[in-house]
Amino acid sequence: MYRYDDFDRQLVHERTEQFREQVKRRLAGDITEEQFRPLRLMNGVYLQLHAYMLRVAVPYGTLRADQLRQLGMIARVYDKGYGHFTTRQNIQYNWPKLDEIPDALLDLAKVEMHAIQTSGNCIRNTTTDQYAGAAADEIEDPRPYCELIRQWSTFHPEFTYLPRKFKIAVTGSPNDRAAVKVHDIGLRMHQNDAGETGFEVMVGGGLGRTPFVGKTIREFIGKNDLFSYLEAILRVYNRFGRRDNKYKARIKILVHEEGIDKIRELVEEEWAQIKDGSLRVDDAEIAHYIEQFAPPAFEALSDDDADFERHKSENRRFANWVRSNVIEHKQPGYAIANVSLKPIGGIPGDATDTQMELVADLSEKYSFGDVRVTHEQNLVLPHVKKADLFAVWSELDKADLGTANLGYVTDIISCPGLDYCALATARSIPLSQRISERFGDLDRQHDIGELKIKISGCINACGHHHVGHIGILGLDKRGKEFYQITLGGDASQDASIGKIAGAGFSEAEVVDAIESLVTKYIDIRESGERFIDTYRRVGMDPFKEVLYGDR
Amino acid sequence: MAIVKNDSVIEQEWITVDAEGDLPASDENLIVPLARFKEERDSLLGRNGGLGVQLNPGDAPEDLADDLDRLSIITVNFPAYTDGRGYSYGRVLRERMGFTGELRAVGDVLRDQILYMHRCGFDAYDLKVEGEVALNKVRAALKEMSVYYQPTGDGRVTAQSLRERRRAALQ
Repeated sequence: MYRYDDFDRQLVHERTEQFREQVKRRLAGDITEEQFRPLRLMNGVYLQLHAYMLRVAVPYGTLRADQLRQLGMIARVYDKGYGHFTTRQNIQYNWPKLDEIPDALLDLAKVEMHAIQTSGNCIRNTTTDQYAGAAADEIEDPRPYCELIRQWSTFHPEFTYLPRKFKIAVTGSPNDRAAVKVHDIGLRMHQNDAGETGFEVMVGGGLGRTPFVGKTIREFIGKNDLFSYLEAILRVYNRFGRRDNKYKARIKILVHEEGIDKIRELVEEEWAQIKDGSLRVDDAEIAHYIEQFAPPAFEALSDDDADFERHKSENRRFANWVRSNVIEHKQPGYAIANVSLKPIGGIPGDATDTQMELVADLSEKYSFGDVRVTHEQNLVLPHVKKADLFAVWSELDKADLGTANLGYVTDIISCPGLDYCALATARSIPLSQRISERFGDLDRQHDIGELKIKISGCINACGHHHVGHIGILGLDKRGKEFYQITLGGDASQDASIGKIAGAGFSEAEVVDAIESLVTKYIDIRESGERFIDTYRRVGMDPFKEVLYGDR
Repeated sequence: MAIVKNDSVIEQEWITVDAEGDLPASDENLIVPLARFKEERDSLLGRNGGLGVQLNPGDAPEDLADDLDRLSIITVNFPAYTDGRGYSYGRVLRERMGFTGELRAVGDVLRDQILYMHRCGFDAYDLKVEGEVALNKVRAALKEMSVYYQPTGDGRVTAQSLRERRRAALQ
């Protein structure tokens, strides 16, 4: 895993001190809240409904044990004992005090972490596949490139006041677990005809009030040229992106209005002028970063472990957990263990201080000190020996972290909604809790199979409802919350934007509505079909009928 | 109001006119918006005083390609600090087009943006505060950070090249 060197450390330290001075100026009344706002946002500090909120960056969703332990400590000392993992693989604290935030940032800096560019109209934290370096289906570990993107984008002098925020996601696997097609730039690693590994570049994807699936601007860009190509896209966006209307300022609107061919022409023209310049990264430098993400010291093991098999046959709950939460590893004898932050009836993505410390301890003992955060708001122990899975699960289970529901109907993505967020129009957490309780029975969940429900509490779509197999959008109608249902969204390599089923439902009706959709799917599915597959086969009408009948 | 350049406060020696305003006497130093420069180019170049152009957001610095050596100064207007187009104009003018005259940021120029402007090729800052205060702001802003990841044309050594040097020295 990447370790800061003295340059990285110095930069974060200077930033921390800079923000401490800015907070001092604010608290002394030297600057107004209005003047302070852009400064705090650039450091991840939002003002929410009830309090300040601190969003901490987890670059490409990768954490070391000591970092996760520190996140737990910060939850205890500066917050109310918990934190919230987000769809951007970051963590948010909901109750920090402004005058204590500089100290929290200093504590973060001690473990090589920060809150830089987790807000503001700049290039945000780069996200990637949570199974990077572990997945059996991976072409190459994307993290070395993510780290290079992190450095290139940190305090980029030209791109700190873009028309709007800018998000880059990378997948090293053909099975996209990073939702790259709904990012401002999506990068997909693949091999060209010459056998070289590089990136397909997609631009203009995004959710929010105007969702789009990204379009391919370049089929293949070599690794050496990636950074000059990104710079060319950003320069075109910075110069030509709309600034007259905040809601039309993302690059997706520029791509939509100008057309991908026109944007490609502008980007290629710009790139031709900078591609041989100082942003070209040579093989030696790339090799240096690849080395930093070298695989841990795996043992040569048989892929079959007798004890593991015995535990599965003796303990049904463990077997269930393995069935849903354990994924194939590229190294024989190892597995990827997903830690669900979606206990039945719980708050999606929340983890307590002691839960974070426990996962940190387990990662140290069983997973080379490596932990990942997923955009679906769970954690991952990426490198666990099959022989250790039972011990890991037993510990997780005691801490309410062993829920066997990965990818199931209760593994819901939810934004914080009106319980915290100043932008929200409806609550999303209580609804996700009620859906979770309704479908809590594990056998039923397993029978339903993969079904991704995503809930946003307003049109900004932080809960990714547009790409939920079932999406739920909370709105406000004359002072009452109501919920609009979309069907057929997908964030994977087969990305699609869900379609609105019809009129919205009241808070009292919406859980029944979801259940009727699930029941319909069970009735009409063909063998092996997931909900999304059935929807794609039969279309909206059968589902519309159960929702609205003759209405 | 003070203009800071090269670690000192400099005099305002330029008269900026808008799209329609009357031009001052021929020997006065004059800055005109790009649109007006394009329209009245020949008569403007025939004046006796110095000539500069102001770029506003949406302008194309490339339009000045044939005339750069005739311009002593280019001002880039930041009508609001949140409008970052001027950063790209700065880099294009310096790094691509080779402009060597004064590149001055005007408009909503605030302390927390000055370092980024400097990194993008600006060497003068028109601030809305007086002399010493302005100078101290620029000085403080330029030394707040000492590590730079991106290669720009500003001559600062990037973390990457320092790392390479260190690796080379250790070999």
